[in-house]
Amino acid sequence: MAEASLRSDVSNRTQKLSGEVNRALRGVLSFVVVMIALVVLWQGIKAIFNLDGLVLPNVEDILGALFQPIQEGKPLLGQILLGAALFTLREAVLGFAFGAVLGFALAVIFAHSRLLERGLMPFVVASQTVPILAIAPMVVVWLKAGWLSVAVIAAYLTFFPVTINTLRGLVSVPATALELMQSYAATRREILLKLRIPHALPYIFTALKISATASVVGAIIGELPSGIQDGLGGAIINFNQYYLQGPQRLWATNLMAALTGIVAFVAVAIVERLLVRWSPADRN
Amino acid sequence: MTASSPARAPADTTPTAPIVSIKNVNRRFKTPTGQIVTALQDVNLDIYPGEFISIIGPSGCGKSTLLRIVGDLLSPSDGQVTVNGKTPHEARLARDYGMVFQAAVLYDWRSVIKNIELPLEIMKYPPEKRRARAREMLNLVELADFADHYPWQLSGGMQQRVAIARALTFEPSILLMDEPFGALDEMTRERMNIELLKIWAKTQKTVIFITHSIHEAVYLSSRVIVMSARPGKLVKDIPITLPYPRGPEIRDSEEFFHLVSEVRSGLRA
Repeated sequence: MAEASLRSDVSNRTQKLSGEVNRALRGVLSFVVVMIALVVLWQGIKAIFNLDGLVLPNVEDILGALFQPIQEGKPLLGQILLGAALFTLREAVLGFAFGAVLGFALAVIFAHSRLLERGLMPFVVASQTVPILAIAPMVVVWLKAGWLSVAVIAAYLTFFPVTINTLRGLVSVPATALELMQSYAATRREILLKLRIPHALPYIFTALKISATASVVGAIIGELPSGIQDGLGGAIINFNQYYLQGPQRLWATNLMAALTGIVAFVAVAIVERLLVRWSPADRN
Repeated sequence: MTASSPARAPADTTPTAPIVSIKNVNRRFKTPTGQIVTALQDVNLDIYPGEFISIIGPSGCGKSTLLRIVGDLLSPSDGQVTVNGKTPHEARLARDYGMVFQAAVLYDWRSVIKNIELPLEIMKYPPEKRRARAREMLNLVELADFADHYPWQLSGGMQQRVAIARALTFEPSILLMDEPFGALDEMTRERMNIELLKIWAKTQKTVIFITHSIHEAVYLSSRVIVMSARPGKLVKDIPITLPYPRGPEIRDSEEFFHLVSEVRSGLRA
């Protein structure tokens, strides 16, 4: 009774591979085209509205600033910003880890106890509506300025999407999949480990991608009340203060902050690609 | 094709105790608007070991509900069910039955063979034994080449075969099947019917099979139970006296035609 499977031939696989390479190349090309279009738009707006370097520096000036020393005999701006980015990234990763674990734990608790969910969820939501800038100084007072308080502040921004999305993934299991487990007399723990969590993985990774960038933002904000100089937060304050002397430096810092966020996002996306190859969106 | 085996109609076997006994079962439930709906009314049915029972009836007549009551996924409002001499709850905890649903319900994150191993993991079989048993079941349903494929790479009929393999893997005495071939096209369905009879002949389980298809019910079963529309009552109990093994050509016989008519008249009553 041979029924042909859909993808078992070698020729199918080679076709698939060159198709993937093709798609990847086209993706990169599309990105480059958009990038060029943005630069053209940027300079175009500058020209049309006659904006000077203070309002909108030239793209080449911003990029050029990276390769200039910040002061006579001091390192290049690019090097300094890279160091600052790595510094902030370390705090962000820590905050991401704290937030992800907290978010996951809350979701598991809420999935198993409607009572706790109803009781705690309003406070969880409320926590997110208070502006982080108001909370950050308090955290610094409680935990003393340093990497721990920054990580906690980053975690604060990270845990909420993880809680909400993970909870959704854990409880949105189809009824028949649950009945199947019940017909095996599986315990609640087994149902959690073998059904709910694997089912929730695509949801969890959606949240983790949001949290990746949020943790970078949280780390930068967390550095501000701490007066930490070595990270991107410190660089932003610094170049904000001296904006008139060199506006392109602040813009370059923004660029670096954005790149840091992208690195965090891509790291999570790669892990997702490796772990979650089976959800309908990722199959092809 | 197995060599001719004795017919399984209950009249031929020596009297034994029923493996499933359903007595005076009613099932009511409350709709969101507060009305009471009676899904099952005064159902009485005895099922003997080794039988292949089909339950057929119009949509909404409570057949799935009855199956789930037997399987302890629902409880009856009144009445008693005994499975293997135990309550359905005890039977479920003892893993006395395997279930196959209309959708295959395979877990997408597991390969085919790991899907089949799932019940064995929960029942704490050691790893080598799990793998060996899963391979055995995969051979039984003739899908050995697809062990490492993923469910979405298989057709509907193949997925159902995996689901059947998974249901048999821990050797339950009873198979509960809720319209397992309902989502398949007619030709695949007829092929699956032949496959199922082969598997049944080899494994000798008791099967309770829900279907919408009169032809399927008559072809597969040793007994067809006809249910009325809601509130579901048992209207007719028709022994199918066709001999096993049943090849596909039996569908064209006169006796088959008569039995189909008998079932159809029961449905119209």
